[in-house]
This record gives sequence, C-alpha cells and structure tokens, in this order.
Amino acid sequence: MSLADKTAAELQKLIHTKELTIAEMAEKAFDRIEELDSKVDAFLALDKEGAMEQAAKLEETPIAERGPLFGLPIGIKDNIVTEGIETTASSRILTGFNPIYNATVVEKVKAAGMVIVGKLNMDEFAMGSSNENSYYKNTKNPWNLETVPGGSSGGSAAAVAAGEVPFTLGSDTGGSIRQPAAFCGVVGMKPTYGRVSRFGLIAYASSLDQVGPITRTVKDNALLLNTIAGHDEKDSTSANVEVPDFAAALTGDIKGLRIGVPKEYFAEGVGEAAKQAVRDALKVLEEKGATWEEISLPHSKYALATYYLIASSEASSNLSRFDGIRYGYRTEKAGNLLEFYMNTRSEGFGDEVKRRIMLGTYALSSGYYDAYYKKAQKVRTLIKQDFDKAFEKYDVIIGPTTPTPAFKIGEKIDDPLTMYANDILTIPVNLAGVPAISIPCGFENGLPLGLQIIGKYFDEETVYRVADVFEQATDFHKKTPQVWEGAAQ
Amino acid sequence: MAKITKDEVIEVAHLARLAITDEEAVHFADQLEAITNAMELLNELDTENVEPTTHVLEMVNVLREDKAAPGLDRELVLKNVKEHEAGQIKVPTILD
Repeated sequence: MSLADKTAAELQKLIHTKELTIAEMAEKAFDRIEELDSKVDAFLALDKEGAMEQAAKLEETPIAERGPLFGLPIGIKDNIVTEGIETTASSRILTGFNPIYNATVVEKVKAAGMVIVGKLNMDEFAMGSSNENSYYKNTKNPWNLETVPGGSSGGSAAAVAAGEVPFTLGSDTGGSIRQPAAFCGVVGMKPTYGRVSRFGLIAYASSLDQVGPITRTVKDNALLLNTIAGHDEKDSTSANVEVPDFAAALTGDIKGLRIGVPKEYFAEGVGEAAKQAVRDALKVLEEKGATWEEISLPHSKYALATYYLIASSEASSNLSRFDGIRYGYRTEKAGNLLEFYMNTRSEGFGDEVKRRIMLGTYALSSGYYDAYYKKAQKVRTLIKQDFDKAFEKYDVIIGPTTPTPAFKIGEKIDDPLTMYANDILTIPVNLAGVPAISIPCGFENGLPLGLQIIGKYFDEETVYRVADVFEQATDFHKKTPQVWEGAAQ
Repeated sequence: MAKITKDEVIEVAHLARLAITDEEAVHFADQLEAITNAMELLNELDTENVEPTTHVLEMVNVLREDKAAPGLDRELVLKNVKEHEAGQIKVPTILD
C-alpha cells in the first residue's frame, strides 16, 4: 500500500481503523525516504529513533482525544530549531549545532501528535531560489531530476512532491515557500506576517520571514496552519489576533467573490505558459461564480530592488551572531579574537550569504543609509499601499507564482541578478506582509506551474477557500512526478 | 551609477567580519556594483513625503514583568561549545 498520494483524512483513517499503527506509518515514511532520497536529496538529517519513540508514546492516546493530524509524519526545514536533532540552516557555520530547545512551531506540531521524521535541505540561511546554495547537497526536483526544486524551502517542497512525507514546514522571506511549491507541484502557504510564531526560526530578514505549511492538498495545508498559527509571547513580532478554523473555511462557495488580476504580473519576462495557466484558472473560478478584473499594482517593478536592500540589511545584522563562540563551526586558524571571528565566518559562510551580508553592510553604512536602506523602506510603504488600495475593492489578487517552471541545475547560479528575478512575483507579498498560497495550475514541458492567490491581512480563510474551489474543480494536484515511477512504497 | 572599488569591498568585508582575498574582493566588487546599479531604479520614485515602513503590523512595545526566572542550563549550553574549561567558553587571546 502506498501512502504517498493519501490525504490527512485518508492517512488518519488507516490509524483509526488500526490498519496501520502510528509506528508503522512512520516506518513507511522512512522506507520511502530510503528508497527515493538518494535521488531527490531532500533530507539533511533523519531521526528514526526519536520518531519511533514518539510514535510508541502517541499510540497510548485514546482515539477520541486525537486531532486531525495525530500520528502523521512531518519534515521540518533545517532553519527551524529542533531539540536533539542537528539544525544547520544548510550552512557550514552551524555544523554540529544541536539545539537545546524547540521552535514554537515544533512544539505545536508535536503537541498535535505529529511525528517528526527529520530535517530538510534548503538554501543556506534561506538565501536562494534554487537550493543550489546549500553547503551540504543540492536537492533535485522530483518531476525532473535535472532541474532545481526551487528555494529556499526546496527540500520541504521536494519531500512532499516525492511522497516521502505528506507534511513539511518551510519558511518564506521573498517567496521561499511558494516558489518551490510551484516548481514541485505542491501546495505552499505563506501566512500573514505575525500569524505564526518565529521563535526558533533562524532569522534571515526578520521583518519578512514567516513560517508556513507545504502539503499535497489545500485542506491538509489548512489543517497544518490550524496547528502552527497563534500568538506567542516568546516572539514580540507575533500578532495577538484570533485564529479561525482554516479548514472550516473550505465551504466550496465563491459566488460573488471579486478577484483582482494585476497587469504587472503578466508583464514581459513572465512566460506565456505561466500566463495562460492563470487565464485558464480564472475561467474555472468564473464558472464557480467569481468575477475578475484587471488591476494595477504600480510599484511592483520596484519590489525586487526594495526586497534585496531590506533583506540583505536585516541579514547582515541577524548573521552577526554567528561568530564560532557558542555553537557551530570554529576556525582552526586564528591568532587573536578578530582573526578568529573573520576566519570562522569566512570559512563558515557560502558565497551567496557573504554577498548578501556585504550588500547589507554596505547599504547600512554611513553615507549610504539614506540612499539605499531608508529609500527601500519608503518604497516598501508604496508597495504596501498598492495592496491596501486593491483590497478595498477585491477579495483576492491572483497571478502566476513564478515566471517560468523549474530551471536546470547550474543554469542561473553564476548570475545573481537573473536568479533574483525569479522571485519577482512573490516578493511584493512579503514586503506588504499579506498572506498568499501557491497551488498547482498547469504544466510546461512536464514541469508544474503554480497559481498564486494573495489575500488581505489575516484573511487566510478566503485564500484557502478559493484555492480549494480551484483544486476541487481540477486535477493538477493528482498528477505524480517522474521519481514516483517504479517506487514501491 | 555607483562604482564599487576593491578597497571599498575590503572595508565592507572588514566591517562585516569577513576575511576575503584580493581575488574575492575583485569578484564581489563587480557583483555588488551590478546589484547596487540595479537598485538605483528606486531613485525614479519621489519618496520625500513617504513614511518608511519597518514593520507591516502595528507594533507595540512588549514589556514583561521584571521577575527573576531561571536561565538556560549551563551544562546544556556548553554541549554546543567547541572548547570550554571550568564552565567557561574558551576563546583566543583578546588582548595581544
């Protein structure tokens, strides 16, 4: 029996009817990982012993007390700290770091009875759009192993696409959940900034980072967001707002829903197939009772520059804590303390991380602060105002998630600007802080394309409802990738 | 157009506590120049009367009660330290 195409409800039923124990289900996930991960390379660390121990304990909980995700396996992106499991953020500088506490989201998935199977590969410190910036290995796209899975949550998206685990957590700073979800043909949600605690998420750009779920279906995604959302006193940027039941929001009814479609998301540089897939999706949503109109988000073209200035500036500050003193990698070559810091950091960080630290240090330095950093913060206001204005009239904004499907490994790695442009459609969402999901909506040359649905602040319910209606009306999410062929589990 | 020199890169790297070679400095100078030139696009916009956004939500200062609470367990903290002695973290000489 394969578990790879089953939803949370179907997996849960197997446990309820005692067709499988929780330990057997975890075992099946490990078997599939063993079979496929040598090709996909999604996992950095596995914790079979911990998972089996957890599974045995969970078995004692009476069925009446079990929630919808109870006993189901989950993988965690490696920038989210997990007590007792090595956490590296895919950087050499955190080699051997074994956290002594859990991130709040990890505590929450454990409290929901989910079984943590391991840690997922990513771009180093979440900086990248292809998973080629990991110190340890490159994750491959399960749809075509010669292409990238996207980044930075590429390991999280690839593991779900390969059917290794049905649930993963990722983080999204400029599109790092939605872009790999689009490339790997799965569902990825970046919630409203502040919806999910960032305590225990290794910070890249604090004002943009947000943890979110990656799953096979929209409903499973909503169930996982139910589990991880909520105010956390350990995170001063977490929002103290009510958490609705996101899964209950999937009513199937979008009659009268108003959709805005930004003309800037259909500009030159966005591939014809991506545009056509969205046009087709709009027809589906129209048939279900929604209406749409073309709108303008006039400051979209400034988002990329704004993002890289703000994210790099915040990164240069956040990454100053990595000095080799208390944890992680430590240089062997040091005479005095300054050399110790400099050598540790130079040997510990990869090129992309150094590039962004330097860009950030430059942008924040005296003489350039107003011209770069402050200017970017002001343009961010204009980008946010574009969304505020659009949401006065429309319930959601829809466009492609990425300009093209997954590209070949190595194709863009030497050209940072081209690589950065890949996130052009997802970045404005992070700058504004609104929620957005990517769901499968088509294929180009056998590779998945993503539909991006953007919502108002804290209105993930509407985003999920629209996503679910589209998913129910189409079968893109039912297609399976190349790497499944011949897989036993 | 901002021109970024090798020396500027070396200075920035020093501020960021990154040791880089001359060769790397030249490489990063080219890349940083290309990136900052792309960022100049923002100068098309008049932002004189625009307030900067540092945070998308309304932030309130969070103050907790000033109450003593146990900190991290020393033994646990030292588990991740490469070199320690008598409960202290060992580092290279600070003053020559």
